[in-house]
Formats: sequence, structure tokens, C-alpha cells
Amino acid sequence: MYLIKEKRRLNSSMTLMSIQAPLIAKKAKAGQFIILRINDFGERIPLTIADCDIDKGTVTIIFQKVGKTTYELDQLEQGDSIQDFVGPLGLPTELEGYKKAAVIGGGAGCAIAYPSAKALHNMGAHVDMIAGFRNKDIIILEDEMSAVCDNLYITTDDGSNGNKGFVTDVLKKLIENGEQYDLVIAIGPMPMMKAVCNLTKEYNIKTIVSMNPIMIDGTGMCGGCRIKVGGEMKFACVDGPDFDGHEVDFDEAMERLAMYKKEEKQSMDHACKLGLGGGKNA
Amino acid sequence: MPNMALKKTPMPEQQPSIRNKNFSEVATGYTKEMAVEEAKRCLNCKHKPCVTGCPVSVRIPEFIKAVAQEDFALAYKIIKSTNSLPAVCGRVCPQETQCESKCVRGIKGEPVAIGRLERFVADWAMENIEKKTEKVKSNGHKVAIIGSGPAGLTCAGDLASLGYEVTVFEALHTPGGVLMYGIPEFRLPKAVVQAEVDGLRDMGVDIQTNMVIGKILTIDELFEDGYEAVFVGSGAGLPNFMKIEGESLLGVYSANEFLTRINLMKGYKDEYDTPIKKVKSVAVVGGGNVAMDAARCAKRLGAENVYIVYRRSEAEMPARLEEIHHAKEEGIEFKLLTNPIKILGDDKGFVNKIECVEMELGEPDASGRRRPIEKKGSNFTLDVDCVVIAIGNSPNPLIRTTTPGIEANKRGCLIVDEDSLKTTRNAVYAGGDVVTGAATVILAMGAGKQAAKSIDEYIKSK
Repeated sequence: MYLIKEKRRLNSSMTLMSIQAPLIAKKAKAGQFIILRINDFGERIPLTIADCDIDKGTVTIIFQKVGKTTYELDQLEQGDSIQDFVGPLGLPTELEGYKKAAVIGGGAGCAIAYPSAKALHNMGAHVDMIAGFRNKDIIILEDEMSAVCDNLYITTDDGSNGNKGFVTDVLKKLIENGEQYDLVIAIGPMPMMKAVCNLTKEYNIKTIVSMNPIMIDGTGMCGGCRIKVGGEMKFACVDGPDFDGHEVDFDEAMERLAMYKKEEKQSMDHACKLGLGGGKNA
Repeated sequence: MPNMALKKTPMPEQQPSIRNKNFSEVATGYTKEMAVEEAKRCLNCKHKPCVTGCPVSVRIPEFIKAVAQEDFALAYKIIKSTNSLPAVCGRVCPQETQCESKCVRGIKGEPVAIGRLERFVADWAMENIEKKTEKVKSNGHKVAIIGSGPAGLTCAGDLASLGYEVTVFEALHTPGGVLMYGIPEFRLPKAVVQAEVDGLRDMGVDIQTNMVIGKILTIDELFEDGYEAVFVGSGAGLPNFMKIEGESLLGVYSANEFLTRINLMKGYKDEYDTPIKKVKSVAVVGGGNVAMDAARCAKRLGAENVYIVYRRSEAEMPARLEEIHHAKEEGIEFKLLTNPIKILGDDKGFVNKIECVEMELGEPDASGRRRPIEKKGSNFTLDVDCVVIAIGNSPNPLIRTTTPGIEANKRGCLIVDEDSLKTTRNAVYAGGDVVTGAATVILAMGAGKQAAKSIDEYIKSK
């Protein structure tokens, strides 16, 4: 069992948890993920590691309530335990040797982009961070992000924070204003990552994306997380989750994410009837 | 007087039309009377050919004699002395190509039903023998075992009984490896596997789940932690795909994923959260035991049409005869000499057809089996909403990519010395599918046993 040492709601749909897992905390690097299972009847879900504290022996995860498992996870409190917590899985993001990076996060993706920005910053690179949200009420990690980058640009779809637009709008403007990035990292919903990659392809800037497909074991066994990269089949769990964004087949990846939409909805509806929470995000 | 009946005492089974709708065990097991009757068919040959056919050298005629004399406790003791997982072996070993293939009674008539008798004895023991913890006094030496499948469990059991302090590291949340995630409940009840695992824990074996070695700890760190030797039994975990068009469509699974969702994650039970698609027509590609397991699971999940699509003929199928027979009885349709060339989908990306081509057999290839050749222009499609690819697995790369000094061949299998099972790295041994590529439970167990012996010799000689 893995103890929940801290729980903090970041906004109406996102929650941060720090889990006691000293061995994982010691090993985890930016870009890697864990798989957790709440109880014996639960699903195994992958979540990217948001932060680690080697001294406290904790691993931080940030999740959005999108389905039954994340709703149930959100019901747990500090002092409760999670049945299974395994990691660090996947390959760390390759961050060596870059001088100037734009790190882009979309919504919950900011939680995953943050450790990469932090690592780059600690390695001495210039880091501009662009964070996109639907509206100002769901902005997360503002202080954390601004602490690990040279410039933080927060933009909202509806303009409610005073900056209307998509992350690609900000990136395009920065590039056109003469910023010379040798690396772009884009993490967030698939359509966002795809849009960023389409833009950076024009300017020929290397772009890393973090893929988050459906998976079971996270060790290469199930093959459920296969995605097409450069025309070849790759397993996100062992070959990724980071890939060269210019090579990823996003359309296929988006299709594969929709695999269990119907079953997930049934599971959520069932859970709602049992009073386990619910909502329109289900 | 021996029982001179030419045929084996039949195994009681659930009716095919009933069992293909449930996940309960197909073969329900011999009664005491049946076991004794079958045991009396054994001639107790002096030269014991059957034993030479067993990878773990079970003293077969001796235990069968004890069964015939109704001393089941003695029979159990005899089996257990060389086989740590008899309830598993009695169910899933390919006896027809091992012990039973050497049985003298098989020359004229059917061989003695050694597997069924082994299972009877193991099941009897589980019900009747009071579990007593036989914790051996520790010899103070620590050994780490990576993977809790048949190879790892066997190696752990043998080393623990010699007094070693054994820790088994398992990547998944449940120990058992392929016995838990791969082989379905109706062929190997998970309670049987659990009982074997519990037995090891009672012996003092420490089993740690959620531990992906190579990630959370490396083999080098295990040595730093005081382990004196390591056995790698991490299996052939990486599913192969066919590299044909359409394999990324929704509803195309590796057999590993399909079976894991059902067996380990219990997708067929309502109280579990694991999603599994309701499917109507399923094509399972492959001709091994895994393909049979996947097909029979699909049927049990309510699929109306389940096809086995295999590019050679039935004679070349690697699956056990019994599994093929059971699958046919349960209504699985065999599309033999048929090779899939393309999977087709609808506008939302869900599978709706599989295109195949007919094959004919040519000259034998490197495997000794006749090579299938395409019949030009014989293409046809099957309407399916699910495709399961069961054409084998490659060894998991995690250990070889994180352990300096461990060498693998070009297929990714770890290279070991044939006799000792020592890898190219000192004090690291390996066995089972990670060395051989996908093979059988009993061969993995044999390797676990062999490695335990080598590790014992190595540590004693230090």
C-alpha cells in the first residue's frame, strides 16, 4: 500500500497528490510516469510524474477527473492509501545540450510540462514557458511554473485572464519576434500537440511531445499503447512516452484514445448511480 | 493385476455448450475411484521411460504406484520432491509430447493419463493436507529473482528449500506471471496459482509486487543491496505484431492485452472496472495455445463467431491437441491455410473486416514444418469487429538494456551457458522465455530448477 502524504485540489477538476514511494522518488526523472491501481477492482492508469522529493520520499502526481478511476482517486484523502503504485516507467525526456527551449503545456499537460521546464532550467538553459487553459478559473501551477522559467506566458481560450488565444498563437509570435529556440516541448491534449508540431515543422524546430495512450502494464507487455512514429509501430511505455512530434501520427493516436469511450461512460454512469461522484466530464 | 484397458479413464468435463458461456474450469478432475483405476494402468516399468520425458524429472511410476495403493499423501510427497507446482503442471503441461509420449502403454492404445493423475494428487493435497509451514533454517545468503512466473517461482521454491533468503520481484500487481495474466481461469483456476504462491510465502520467500527491475532498481543495485546471485525469469513479454495494414485499428489487440484484460484484470466480471468491448465476431490470428485461449475467451464473452486464422494446416499447429479439440467442441471455427494480409476499419477507426488469402503447403522450412505459400487471387474477407494477434512474443528488453555486461542474441533472448544457465554476467542466471523465446510453462520450470542448482553451487563455491 502506498500512503497519500498530501492532497490538494488545484481547481474544480484537477488534484495534486504526493504519494509515499521512496524508491521511485529516488529514480524518477522528468518525462517518466507511474501506473496506479486504487484497489483490487480498479483499473491500472498511467500518470506522468509531476515532481519528486527524494528527502521526503514522495512522488507527486496531478490528475484531472475524466473517468471513474480519477473520480475515485479524487475521493481519497491525505492519510488514505493506494493499493498499487509502480514506476518510474518509460524513458526520461532527453534534455541534454539545449540552450533555449519553449516548454508548452495545455491544461493538465502543464503538470507534465513543469518537470521538464524545471530540469532544463536547472541545467542552465533559457526556458520560456507557454501555458494554455480554457479559462482563468482553471489555471494551475502558476507560481511553480514561473519559478522555473525565464518568461511565463499564460493564455486562455476565452481570454478571461486578459490573454485570449491558443498556445500556438503565443509560440508563433515569439518565433516571429526573433526568439531562436533549439527545442520545443509540447504536452497537453492531442489536438494541441498536433497544432504545435504543425507550426514548429514550418520553422524546423525540434519538438518533443509526450504521448499518453491507453495502456495496462506499462512494461511493454500488452502492446495497447502502440502508436505510429515515422511510419513504425512504437510502444509508448518502453520506447516513449516522449517522441519526436514531427514523426508522430496524431490522427491515429487520437482515434485509439477513443477506444473505450462508450464503456467508460457506462462505468461512470454506473458509478454516479452509486453516488461515487460524477459530472459532465464523465 | 494391472488394468489393461486400452483407453485412458475419461476426464469428466463440463458440456461444451454450457462451458463456452462460463469461465469455470473445463475439466473437473478425476474422482478418487477414477484416479485409482487409471493408476492401475501403469505397468511400473523398471526403465521408467516416462521420467526421461519430464523436464523436472517427476518420479512418475513411484507416485502412480502410491495412487494405486490409495496413499495419496505419499504420492504428493513424491511429486513435490521434484516439482514445486504440481497443480499447475497437471493442468497445463503438454504431457502428450513429454512424459506420456514415452509411456509403454501408448504403443498399443493410450498412454497412462499421467497429467490427470498429477492434477488429482495435487488437488487432493490442497484439500486434505494440513498446511504446515516448513521454513528451512536460513543459510544467510540472499538471492534475488526477477519475475514470478513459472521459472521464477520454481527457482524461488528450490532455493528457499535449501535455506536461501529469496526475494522475488514482480512487475505487475499480482504474482504468477503468465499463469495469472495469460492462461485463462477455465484452464487454470487462479485460486490454484494463488495456493502455490502462498505455499512459497509460507516457506519464507519474500514476493514484492509492483517492482519493475531495470527501472526502480537495477541488477547492479541488487548486488549492492547484498544479493549474491540473481535469476532473471522475466519472460517473453513483448507482443509481436504482423506488420500488416490496419493493426492500429480499434478492436485489434495483442493476445497479451486481450488475455490480460480478461484474466488478470477480470474484465469479464461486473465488479471490476476493466473495460472490455462486447464483440460479435472475432478473428484470432495464430495456432498456438495462446491463440486457443484467446478464441475460447472471446466465445465466453459472448461472441457469436470466433475464427482461428492460421497460415499452415492443423498438423503444424503448435497448440496442444487437447486445446484444439476443446476449442472445436466449443464452436470455434478454424480457418486453416489462411493468412491475414490486411485489417479494414470503418470511418471511426473500428475494425470491420479482415482480408485473408488462402495458402498451400510447400517444402519444409527451417522449422521443419512445410512452408505455407500464397495461392494467388484467393483473397477473401471475414466480417469481424475484433482481431486478436497471437503470433508470439519477444523477450522484454528492460533487463538487457539496463544491465551492463548482459548479452542477448539478435532476437533479444539472453545468452546463457546451456548447462549452468549463467548469463554473460557473473552471478546472473537466466531461464524460461527470456532465454528461449516463448515456450511452455514446464520448460520454464525446468530452467528455474536448473538455475537454482547452479546458483547453489556458485554460492557454495565462493
